[in-house]
Amino acid sequence: MKSRLGLIAFGIAMLAQAVVAQAPDRSTPPGTGAAPDFSVPAIQKFTLPNGLPVYLIEKHQVPLVQVNLLVRAGSAMDPGGKSGLASMTAAMMMEGAGKRDALALADDIDYLGAQITSTSGQHSMAVRLHTPVERLDPALALFADIVLKPTFPAAELARRKTERLTALLQWRDEARTLASITLNRTLYGEKHPYGIPSIGSEQTLRTLMREDCAQFHATWFRPNYAALIVVGDVTLKEIRQKLSAGFGSWKAGKGAAPTLSSIKQVTGREIVLVDKPGAPQTEIRIGRIGVPRATPDYYALVVMNTVLGGAFSSRLNINLREEHGYTYGASSAFDFRLLRGPFLAASAVQTAVTEKALVEFMKELRGIRESVSEEEVARARNYVALAYPSDFQTVAQIAGQIEEMVFYQLPDSYFNDYVRNILSVTKENVLRVARETIDPDNLVVVLVGDRKVLEQPVKSLDLGPIVDKTIDDVLGPAPVLENKK
Amino acid sequence: MQRFLLLFLLLPISVAAEETKLSVPYSITTLSNGLTLILHEDHTTPTIAVNIWYHVGSANEKPGRTGFAHLFEHLMFEGSGHVPEGKFDELLQAAGGENNGSTTTDRTNYWINVPSNALELALFLESDRMGYLPEAMTKEKVDGQRDVVKNERRQSYENRPYGMAVVILDENLFPPAHPYHWPTIGSMQDLSAASYEDVLEFFKKYYVPRNASLSIAGDIKPDSVRALVERWFGKIPGGAKVPPVDAPPAFLTEEKRLMMEDKVSLPRLYMAWLSPRMFAPGDAELDLLSNILAGGKNSRLYKRLVYDLQIAQDVSAYQSSSALSSTYMITATARTGKTLGEIEHVIQEELDRITKEPPTRREVDRAANQFAASFLNRLESVGGFGGKADQLNAYYDMTGNPDYFNEDLARYRAIDPQDVSTYAATILRNDARVVLSIVPTGKKDLASGSATEVKPQ
Repeated sequence: MKSRLGLIAFGIAMLAQAVVAQAPDRSTPPGTGAAPDFSVPAIQKFTLPNGLPVYLIEKHQVPLVQVNLLVRAGSAMDPGGKSGLASMTAAMMMEGAGKRDALALADDIDYLGAQITSTSGQHSMAVRLHTPVERLDPALALFADIVLKPTFPAAELARRKTERLTALLQWRDEARTLASITLNRTLYGEKHPYGIPSIGSEQTLRTLMREDCAQFHATWFRPNYAALIVVGDVTLKEIRQKLSAGFGSWKAGKGAAPTLSSIKQVTGREIVLVDKPGAPQTEIRIGRIGVPRATPDYYALVVMNTVLGGAFSSRLNINLREEHGYTYGASSAFDFRLLRGPFLAASAVQTAVTEKALVEFMKELRGIRESVSEEEVARARNYVALAYPSDFQTVAQIAGQIEEMVFYQLPDSYFNDYVRNILSVTKENVLRVARETIDPDNLVVVLVGDRKVLEQPVKSLDLGPIVDKTIDDVLGPAPVLENKK
Repeated sequence: MQRFLLLFLLLPISVAAEETKLSVPYSITTLSNGLTLILHEDHTTPTIAVNIWYHVGSANEKPGRTGFAHLFEHLMFEGSGHVPEGKFDELLQAAGGENNGSTTTDRTNYWINVPSNALELALFLESDRMGYLPEAMTKEKVDGQRDVVKNERRQSYENRPYGMAVVILDENLFPPAHPYHWPTIGSMQDLSAASYEDVLEFFKKYYVPRNASLSIAGDIKPDSVRALVERWFGKIPGGAKVPPVDAPPAFLTEEKRLMMEDKVSLPRLYMAWLSPRMFAPGDAELDLLSNILAGGKNSRLYKRLVYDLQIAQDVSAYQSSSALSSTYMITATARTGKTLGEIEHVIQEELDRITKEPPTRREVDRAANQFAASFLNRLESVGGFGGKADQLNAYYDMTGNPDYFNEDLARYRAIDPQDVSTYAATILRNDARVVLSIVPTGKKDLASGSATEVKPQ
């Protein structure tokens, strides 16, 4: 309290001095000078005797610790006819582990004030612990049980299945969910894991057994497919000892990933119209097959997308929102994955202006291939590069950054080279990658909205053949959920 | 590298296992024009958060102009006397900055995060729209953002499943003359009516230094920041003090039972009460009650409805705290073939139980430990919504003390199991609440009990 009063008195003294300062010159914005130096501290790396690599960044400002276990397996490893298995396995790992049943496990985690989540993606899964450092030991014991000794109780699986079948039912209500599912299906087909929802379908969900989850876990949750990432208020010495105790006896294994069907780029233009009668807005998704994360053009694509639709003052948002008022926002993104993830441009527009909005989308998708100004490119580069340090504030953020680095096997210098790599992207690079990846003549347009209002105006644009779909076409018939109990 | 790792140990010192001491050191000054300035140093990353609160929200709106405070917030990004339209975002983007704003019933906040070399640019932009917005305002700008906000309403309320429920609830919890009766997003009709003249009047009345507080946190040198703030904001006329909102009392004298059809697959039940305003006695107790009722697998409502009986897909309980009055809400979605009547019956049993006998010590400790951990999470970021700069402003606005972290956490630590029951009994009364059933179109029979049908406007 005393020091606070001291600060206030000092503040008043400063103020008195500042009052005589001149009125500011507002005719030009103040310059910014050189950007501050930023470097991420070196990652401390070590390997447990069983080969499990550990990546640590110490961060001592707040007494928190983040521990992420990353595994190189995901929905892409779902066996034929069992789509949804990786995702269900991840969920089921929270439903009982070691000596604790689902309720006891949740009770103990909550009592510590810790958070443990278990998630799955297409090619990776992660169990993540976030805890006050003073609770690290008991939290880490629970975390290790979840990773190493999940029990997969049959009754909990039955409960989780009903929950997910009900979620499939609820997706029918959500225009934006319908739009993204339709786009993925149209781009990748139903044979590829990128083309289907990672929780699976009614049909595949019903086939999942507790043994499927146990086997999936036993196959892929192995130290040779995994990495541990630790960020927070701990030292190398103490965390090495704790992790050795928790994970040292974990044994390597061998899994076989299914062969995936090939990904084919879109040829021609196809419009898919999903009817949502009475909807006040149309959800628009325009997409193509994009590029893998490993592309040498990664930095150029990030900058190019920032010009097109990655920031507020990007072309798509300025056009559709600020100039035309068609929407609350319009954007674009590359979903960089191990394989070629989608590129998409998206918005939700007032139903009555759907076709006008499409005209503007197409104009911008052509425009980015035709010209960009030095000023736009410089602005986009700076936005991405200079805001980069703010992605390293929280332990969870930093651990997430390391996950990406580890998963894609990026070089040790990745973080500290990032800013320079972005700043070296040129206008020519931007135009080249735009021409290579964005092709307005070969793409899929998904519209989820009120068909009777928007079909004729969209047809009159003559963008391409329109395929009419119902919600059943997209999601299958509504799941039939028996009334038990 | 140094700056990232070590630096001042400004933050929490662990005193004992259960008693983490939180502290966010700050300084506070008031400029001669009445603008409050709060500063906090944190050199974790070379980033500075500039955060300003104007003490105006939808509670200050006039009837016929609902949604105006939020529409005005949109116009603050459209340029000002020395910043041409579009340049606010372009200049910040070119400097690696990000920005946003939001409007609630009680306040409007704006934040800019910049690398620490670009602080002066942020101060120029923030002060220019405080001092010179009308010079750049046009009817076209008002029309443009009116369309954007109408689309925001379509996207966030009308085209979102169950999206209109909160609007219906507020209309029925608060009397028409109370400013919480209408939604912050406003009605389509009132958005259409908002005029250029309204913008000028609103600006003159509310967007003055005396009605604002500026909080700057991050990689700063406080002395030079004070001088810069004085330079950019010091000459802006202070304006008149804004009187507090004069709201009529809000109370319910009966249970209102309502039903609304929506384009949804499953019915959802909402039970809502008027509850103690933010930081009033009972506010923290109801937060804790929410955790005991619906936070995690072992919470009472989740365990019964979702885990054991499996008649609900989800359940939530939440104390939504505001300056004039709060609302307490329990929400649950019924599974296929289950009625909202069955759901309500179970919720009522659990409410009766907790009003009669206090929760266990473990339930209270489990909840309090989660709150304590969440306070640590709130100390990590300086910028954006909920960053430290925003929180310093929030605490200052509500309590007069920007560093109210410890006192706030102490509220949760001090709660006795009996307190939870006492407030559950006095606030969550059966004879003073709104019970709303949202049912799939054409399935009115799924509503709970007999209910009056309402339609969204």
